[in-house]
Amino acid sequence: MLSILVLGVLVGPYLWPVAINDIDFAAKLQGPSLAHPLGTDDLGQDLLARMMYGGKISLAVGFAAMLVALTVGVLIGSVAGMSSGWVDAALMWLTDLFLALPTLPLLLLVMYLFRDSVKKVLGVEGGAFVLIVIVIGGLRWMPVARLVRAQFLSLREKEFVEAARALGASKVRQVVQHILPNALGPVIVVGTIDVAAAIIFESTLSFLGLGFPSDVPTWGSMLRDAKDYLDIAAHWALFPGAAIFLTVLAINFVGDGLRDAFDPRRML
Amino acid sequence: MQDTLLDIRGLKTWFKTEDGMVRAVDGVDLRIDRGETVGVVGESGCGKTVTARSVLKLIDMPPGRFEAGQILWQGRDIIPLDQDEMNQIRAREIAIIFQEPMTSLNPVYTVGDQIAEVIALHQKLSPRQAMAGAAEMLRLVNIPNPQKRVHDYPHQFSGGMRQRVMIAMALSCQPKLLIADEPTTALDVTIQAQILELMQEMKDKFGMSIMLITHAMGVVAETCQRVTVMYAGKVVEEAPVEALFGDPRHPYTQGLIRSIPRIDRAVSRQARLESIQGTVPSLLNPPAGCRFAARCKHAMDICTQGIPPLKEVAPGHRVACVL
Amino acid sequence: MNAPVTPTEDLLRVRDLRKRFAVKGGIFSRIVDQVHAVDGVSFEIGKGETLGLVGESGCGKSTTGRCILRLIEPSSGEVWFQGNDVTRMDGDALRSLRRDMQIIFQDPYASLNPRLKVGAIIGEALTIHKLAPTQKAMEDRVVQLLETVGLQPDHMHRFPHEFSGGQRQRIGIARALAVEPKLIVCDEPVSALDVSIQAQVINLLEDLQEEFGLTYLFIAHDLSVVEHISTRVAVMYLGRVVEIAPSRELYDNPLHPYTEALLSAVPIPDPTVKRKRIMLQGDVPNPIRPPSGCHFHTRCPIAKPDCAQRVPELRESKPGHWVSCHYRG
Ligand SMILES: Nc1ncnc2c1ncn2[C@@H]1O[C@H](COP(=O)(O)OP(=O)(O)OP(=O)(O)O)[C@@H](O)[C@H]1O
Ligand SMILES: Nc1ncnc2c1ncn2[C@@H]1O[C@H](COP(=O)(O)OP(=O)(O)O)[C@@H](O)[C@H]1O
Ligand code: SF4
Ligand code: SF4
Ligand SMILES: [Mg+2]
Ligand SMILES: [Mg+2]
Repeated sequence: MLSILVLGVLVGPYLWPVAINDIDFAAKLQGPSLAHPLGTDDLGQDLLARMMYGGKISLAVGFAAMLVALTVGVLIGSVAGMSSGWVDAALMWLTDLFLALPTLPLLLLVMYLFRDSVKKVLGVEGGAFVLIVIVIGGLRWMPVARLVRAQFLSLREKEFVEAARALGASKVRQVVQHILPNALGPVIVVGTIDVAAAIIFESTLSFLGLGFPSDVPTWGSMLRDAKDYLDIAAHWALFPGAAIFLTVLAINFVGDGLRDAFDPRRML
Repeated sequence: MQDTLLDIRGLKTWFKTEDGMVRAVDGVDLRIDRGETVGVVGESGCGKTVTARSVLKLIDMPPGRFEAGQILWQGRDIIPLDQDEMNQIRAREIAIIFQEPMTSLNPVYTVGDQIAEVIALHQKLSPRQAMAGAAEMLRLVNIPNPQKRVHDYPHQFSGGMRQRVMIAMALSCQPKLLIADEPTTALDVTIQAQILELMQEMKDKFGMSIMLITHAMGVVAETCQRVTVMYAGKVVEEAPVEALFGDPRHPYTQGLIRSIPRIDRAVSRQARLESIQGTVPSLLNPPAGCRFAARCKHAMDICTQGIPPLKEVAPGHRVACVL
Repeated sequence: MNAPVTPTEDLLRVRDLRKRFAVKGGIFSRIVDQVHAVDGVSFEIGKGETLGLVGESGCGKSTTGRCILRLIEPSSGEVWFQGNDVTRMDGDALRSLRRDMQIIFQDPYASLNPRLKVGAIIGEALTIHKLAPTQKAMEDRVVQLLETVGLQPDHMHRFPHEFSGGQRQRIGIARALAVEPKLIVCDEPVSALDVSIQAQVINLLEDLQEEFGLTYLFIAHDLSVVEHISTRVAVMYLGRVVEIAPSRELYDNPLHPYTEALLSAVPIPDPTVKRKRIMLQGDVPNPIRPPSGCHFHTRCPIAKPDCAQRVPELRESKPGHWVSCHYRG
C-alpha cells in the first residue's frame, strides 16, 4: 500500500509527464477525464501531476520530520534514561518545557521569523522544506524522549542487562546491544504516528499559508486551495484528502509490521 | 462408599488456539469426599489449574471447551448447568483461592468491602452487619486489629496477609469445598506454615473439604489424606498419602519424590539428586501412548502403543502404567 | 563488629557490608526514607566451597550478592577478593574482576536478552574480554560451553524464547562460565523451576564445581536445596546474618531461634514424620524501620525485654558455628 504510494509519487511523473503548472483556463475545474484522470483545478492545472509532485513533498516532509523527531527523542531519552540525578532531571525538565509550549503559535512564529533568511540560503523550496522539517521534528521529539527514557529505566534494571554488566560490558555496549533494541518496538510505532502527524501538520501550515509557496503543490496546499470550490469541484479536495488518509493508514500498518518484524518471537 | 462431594469423571477441557487444540486436561478422574483434603500435584502446565477452574466453570469458552466427561457435584452433573444455577453453587458451595495473592484482590476497594460483598451474596444483611461480618472473618483468619483493618486497601497488606484475606473471603460463604490453587507458592516458608495451619484450622471448624493444588511434595505430605498426581493433562497415580510416599508406583511419581532434596536425612549431601531427564511434552500434539514414555527409565515398546489406563494396585491406590 | 576469622585460604571475605536504598516519595520525589537492605554483613567463602545464603524474601540476599559483584555500589564495608578490596576497584581492575566473578539469576525469562541468539548471548563475554581471536575460535568455544551445560551445538542459532525454563537456566550458566570465573554468585538459580528440572540444574552446578574448581555463593529461600548443595550456610534476617555454620551442623543443631523456626517450617515430604512446629507470629517487619536491638525480637518466641535494647553480636559459639543471639549458643 505505502509502497504503491511511494512508487506513485517517485515514478509517476515519468509516466505522466504533464507539467504541474500548465495553466489552461479552458479546462478549469474539470472532473476526471481521459486527458486529466483526476480532473483539474481552478487554473486548469492537471491534478494527477500535482498530486504526484505534492505527494513527493508531503511524504518527504513526513519521513524527514519523523527522522528528526526520532533522532532527537532517542538521543535525549537515552541519555536521560542512562544517567541519573541532575542530568536526567535537567533533560526531563527541558522535555516538559517543550511539551508545555503552545505548538501552533510557536510554529507560526518560527516560520515567520526565519522564513526569509533560510530562503536566501537554500532557495525557496529547499528553505521551506528544511524549515518545516526542523520545526515539525523539533516539536515532536518530546513524546519519543519520554517513551525512550521510560523504556530505558525499566530495561536497565532487567537481569539480562545486569548480566552484561557483570560480564564487564561498557555502558555503550549495554545500550547498543541490550537496551536500545528492546526499547525500539514502541518507539517505531510512535515514529510512524509521527510521519502521519507531520504530513497533517504540513497540511495545516500550508492551509495557513505558512508552508511551501502556493505555486508548489503539496497535498496540504491542494486541500487548502480546494476548500473554496468544495461544492462545484469536490474531486479536487477528495483526491489529496484521500491520499493523506491512505498514507496515514498505510504507515500505521507498516509500523505495526515493523515492530513485529523486530520481535524474534514472531519470526519463524 | 463414603459421602462423595465431588466426582470428576473422564474430564477433558481443551483450548482452541492459533496453533491447534491444546489438550490441557485430557481425561481426568478425581474424587473428593466430605471432610477430606485431596492434594493435586504435578509440574507446571500439567493441567492442575484448568482442572480446578473447570469445577467452577471459570474457563473462558471459547477458547476453552468441555470435550468430554462429567463433573458430578453431590451427584449432579454441573457441566450442563446455566449461569444462574452455577452462581448458586459458586456463592454457597464451592470457593476458590488463587495462586497470586497480589492480583486476586481488587486494588480499588477496601478489604472489608470485598468480603462484605461476598457475605451479602448469600445472607440478607444490612451493609453495617455485612461489614461487621467481614471484620469477624478477618479476626477468624488471625489478622490483628480486624475492626480497623477492614477499612484498609489490599496494597496495605503483605503477601501472607492478602492470602489470609482471600481465605476469609472464600470462607465467608461457608463452602462445602475449598479449592486452593497453590495458595502458598508465592510465600515464604514461615508464612506458608502459617497459612497451611490456618487452612487446617478452618477445615476443622467448618467441616469442609479441600482440594489443594501444589507442586510441593512436602506440603502434600503434611496436609493431605489422598493425593492425585497429574502429568501432561492426565492422572497418572492416585493414592492415600502414606501409600503414595511409602510405595510410589508410577515412575513419574517416583522421580518426583526422589528428586527433592531432604533436610531430614543426614545422607542427602553426599548423594546426587535423582533427576527426571527431559521436559514435559507439548499438550498440542501429545505423544501417543504413555505421555511419560520419553522421560521414563522403564519405557518399553508397549508403552507407546496404547494409553495405559488407571488400574487399582491396592485398595484406593490406582496407577496408569503398564508395569 | 566481631567478625568470624578462619585461617584457611579464603577466596572471598566480606566485612561489615551495608547497603541503604533511598526511598523516594512525595510530589517532588524527595528522599523520604531509607531501606536498610543490608545492615552489616560479614562472612567469608573458602576456595572451592559453597556458602548457602538463606532467608525470607526481602531480607537482603540478592542485594548482598550484587554488592559483592559491584553491580550495585555498597554504602559501606569491604569485600576482599583474592587479597584486593573490590569496593575500591575501578577501571581495569574492575574489568578483570568481571572475569573472576560471575552471577546466575533467578528468573530464566528475564535474564536472557530476547533479541539475541543464544550464540551471541554466550559469546558476548568472549567479545568483551577479547578471549576469542577469530570467529571460528568464538564458535568453537560457544559450542564447547553449550556441551558443558548439556545443550546441543545447534542451539546457538536459536532465540531464548524457544527454550524451556530449565534450558534457559543452562544458557545463563554457560554465559557465566564463558570467562572461566573463580566465584559464581547463584541468585536463586532453581527457585523458578519445576522440581524435576530443579534436580537437573542442581546436579549440573555440582558437576561444574567439581570439574572447574568453582566457588559458589548460593542464594536461595528453599532450605532443603541449600542444605543439599552447601558446605556452610549463613542465615539472614532483615539485612543481618544471624547464624553461620557448617551445613549439617546448622540443620542438626540450630542455635538461633529464627533458624529453628525456619527449619521447622520446611514441609517434609514424608507423611510418617510428625514434628513439632515452631510457628512464627506475624510478618517480616518493614526494613525501612527495622526493630531496635535484635531485629528479630518482635517475632522471637524467647525474646526478653533487653533484646529490644541491645544488638546481639555474631560470635563463635562452637568452632565454626557462629550465632547472633543474647540467649543462645
Ligand atoms: N486459555 C488458555 N488457552 C490455551 N491454553 C491454555 C489456556 N489456559 C491454560 N492453557 C494450557 O493448559 C495447560 C495446563 O495449564 P494449567 O494452568 O492448568 O497448568 P498448572 O498445572 O496449573 O500449572 P502451574 O503449576 O504452572 O500453575 C498448559 O499447557 C497451558 O498452557
Ligand atoms: N533498587 C532498590 N531500590 C530500593 N529498595 C531496594 C532495591 N533493591 C532491593 N531493595 C530492598 O532491599 C531489601 C532487600 O532486597 P533483596 O536483597 O532483593 O532481598 P532478597 O534477595 O533477600 O529477597 C528489600 O526490602 C527490597 O525491597
Ligand atoms: S507406561 Fe511405560 S513409559 Fe509410561 S510410566 Fe509406565 S513404564 Fe514408563
Ligand atoms: S537476641 Fe533476643 S530477640 Fe534476638 S533472637 Fe536472641 S532471644 Fe530472640
Ligand atoms: Mg496453576
Ligand atoms: Mg532476591
